[in-house]
Amino acid sequence: MEAIVDFALLAGLAAWAVAIVRLRSLFGAAMLFGIYSLHCALIFVVLDAVDVAFTEAAVGAGISTVLILGTLAITGIKLEVRHTRALIPLLITGTIGAALIYASVDMPLVGDPNAPANLHIVPDYIEGSATEIGIPNVVTSVLASYRGYDTLGEVTVIFTAGVGVLCLLGRGKPKRSRKPRG
Amino acid sequence: MIVIYVITALAIILGMFFAMGRGVSGPTLYDRVLAVNAFGGMTVLMIAVLGFLMSRPDFLDIALVYALINFIGTIAVLKFFEYQDLGKRSSFSETPK
Repeated sequence: MEAIVDFALLAGLAAWAVAIVRLRSLFGAAMLFGIYSLHCALIFVVLDAVDVAFTEAAVGAGISTVLILGTLAITGIKLEVRHTRALIPLLITGTIGAALIYASVDMPLVGDPNAPANLHIVPDYIEGSATEIGIPNVVTSVLASYRGYDTLGEVTVIFTAGVGVLCLLGRGKPKRSRKPRG
Repeated sequence: MIVIYVITALAIILGMFFAMGRGVSGPTLYDRVLAVNAFGGMTVLMIAVLGFLMSRPDFLDIALVYALINFIGTIAVLKFFEYQDLGKRSSFSETPK
């Protein structure tokens, strides 16, 4: 029974993607990206990754919508319409998508305890977290201690991206009192 | 009981498609903002229903926080349309511009 809901959610996600691609209004597309992120968050909830869903909703629907709108306020809202048919990119994307779907058939089921990813080093983490690190939450001990350098690198990347966005958007804008229209 | 939850979830997904129609075709920007807001509300409902469907009712807390995020996000977008900027002080602030 739950599979029906999953199918409906995934169909909705695909419909959003097609709608965003077809839409010719940039402000509308920015808004629809926010909805797309909320829909992604729902699918993450279905996959039992509530924290990832949380990040997706806050960053995807909140901050990146505002950032896209800020970019549109600087660059203007004109869109160059091209009438060429992009057949080769469509072919490449379709091929890669088909290959990914073909590869996903071999993947273990979600939450399978015998999956290779759950057999390699995860048992050591689960058993050693309390004695080696002393943190009861295994996820926190993996993020902050077992893979601390990894997390440090990620934080560096995010910080660099944030500084780059601030450098791009934080400058004084030309005075314009134009109201955006969808 | 699960049947009821599944039917509710499917009804919410149908409502999402309606909001989608308004978001895609909406003539003005504010229709689209409203579509995002309505979709956020349906996301909150959907998470609550999914929590009961997966027999984990503690998802209700998460749904509540989603409602807060939705509210703040809509405020941010609308404030951006009003001032073209997020950093400016609102007209209610006491310091002169």
